[in-house]
Amino acid sequence: MKMSEDHEKLAASVLKRVRKVMDPELPFLTIEEMGMLRDVIIEDEHCVVIITPTYSGCPATDVISEDCLLAARVIDPRAEVRIAMSPAWTTDWITDETRVKMTTHGIAPPVGQSHDRAFLTGDDRTIPCPSCKTSETKLVSAFGSTACKASFTCLNCLEPFEHFKCI
Amino acid sequence: MTNSQLTDILLRLGDDSLVLSQRLGEWCGHAPILEEDIALTNIALDLLGQTQSYLTLAGNLLSETKTDDELAFHRDATDFQNLLLLEQPNGHFGDTIARQFLFDIFSLLKVQHLASQSVNTDIAAIAAKAVKEIRYHVDHSSKWVVRLGDGTPESHDRIQKSINDLWKFTGEMFMCDESDNAGTQAGLLPDYTSMKIEWLSRVEDTLNEAGLTIPENVDMKSGGRRGQHTEHLSIMLEEMQVLPRLHPRANW
Repeated sequence: MKMSEDHEKLAASVLKRVRKVMDPELPFLTIEEMGMLRDVIIEDEHCVVIITPTYSGCPATDVISEDCLLAARVIDPRAEVRIAMSPAWTTDWITDETRVKMTTHGIAPPVGQSHDRAFLTGDDRTIPCPSCKTSETKLVSAFGSTACKASFTCLNCLEPFEHFKCI
Repeated sequence: MTNSQLTDILLRLGDDSLVLSQRLGEWCGHAPILEEDIALTNIALDLLGQTQSYLTLAGNLLSETKTDDELAFHRDATDFQNLLLLEQPNGHFGDTIARQFLFDIFSLLKVQHLASQSVNTDIAAIAAKAVKEIRYHVDHSSKWVVRLGDGTPESHDRIQKSINDLWKFTGEMFMCDESDNAGTQAGLLPDYTSMKIEWLSRVEDTLNEAGLTIPENVDMKSGGRRGQHTEHLSIMLEEMQVLPRLHPRANW
C-alpha cells in the first residue's frame, strides 16, 4: 500500500530524529551508521521504528530501543519500536565512511565481507593497527569488551586495540 | 507437529543455551587468564541472547502464556529439558572446554539446519543470527582442545580425562522422542542419525589433531530431555533463581 503524503511526512520526521540515536557501546557512531536502523513505517496510523540487534545477547539493544522510543515519541506520541531478527545483522551493512570513523577512534573496522569464511576470526587476515597503521598485529582473543569485538595487539607499537569482528 | 511438540523443541533449544550460559557465567572473575574470562562470558552472553529468543517463542505457545523470564526463573529442575552434559559443574578449565567443544559442534549442526528450514520462519530468523555467533564458539573451543591436547603431557592427560568423563553424556544429544521425531518429519529439525555421523566425524577430526582419542565402551546417560537431571542442575538453579523467587515482581 502506498503511504499517503501525511504518513510519508510523519515517517520522515521520525526518521530524522531516530537516525541520530547513538550506539551506547560505540558512542561516536549512530545506529544508522551501524546498520541497526532498518526502517520507519506507518502502521495503524502510527510510526513503527524497526531496529535489528548486532548480536542476540547484546545488552545495548534495550538501551537503543528506549532511546529510539524517546526520540520518536517527540514527533509521534504513539510511536513504537520493533526489533526485527530477520534478516540477521551483518557487518557488511557498515559503510566505508563508518569504517574510517572506527579507525579514527582506535577500533580496527571489519575487513572484507562476512560471507568469506576466512574472515571469521581474523586469524588469516591482516588487521592493520589503527594507531601506527602497520600490519604486524596479533590476535589475542576472538572476544573483547563487547560481543562485537576481538582483542588484538600491535607488534610494532605494542598498542593493544580492538577489532570489529566480521559477522 | 502439535503445539506442545513445538514447545518441547523450543524449550530444549532455550534450556540448553540457558543452562550452559549460566555455567559459563560462573567463570566470571575466575578464568585462568583475563582473555579467557572475557571469552567465556562473551560466549555466555551470546547463549543468553539466544535463550531469550527461544523461550519467548516457547512462552507464547503455552495455553497460559509466559515470558522468557518466567520460564527461566520460575520453573523447577524437573521442568527443564536441557542436556545433562550442560548442567555438569565447570570443573577445571579443561573440563569446561571439553563440555563446550562437544556441545558447540552439535549446536552448530542443529542451528545451521534451523536457519535453513522454512517450516518456522521465527525460529529460522533466530537461528540465522545464532549460527554466526556459534561459529566463533566452535572456533574457540576447538582451538583450545588442540592446544591442551597437543600441549604438555599434563595438559594432554587432563583434557583426555575431561573428554572421557563427559563422553557418557553425548549420546543424549541424538536421542529422539515423539517431539523430536515430529520436528524432523515436519522438516524443522535435522535428521538426528545423519547429524550424529557428521558430529562424530568433526569431533574426531579435532581430537586427532589434538592427539586425543574417543573413549570406548561408554555407557550413555540420558534423562535431561524428560526432566530427569543430575543433582547438579537443582543446585545451579538455586543460585540462578534465588533473587526472582524471593522477589517475584521485582524490576531492575
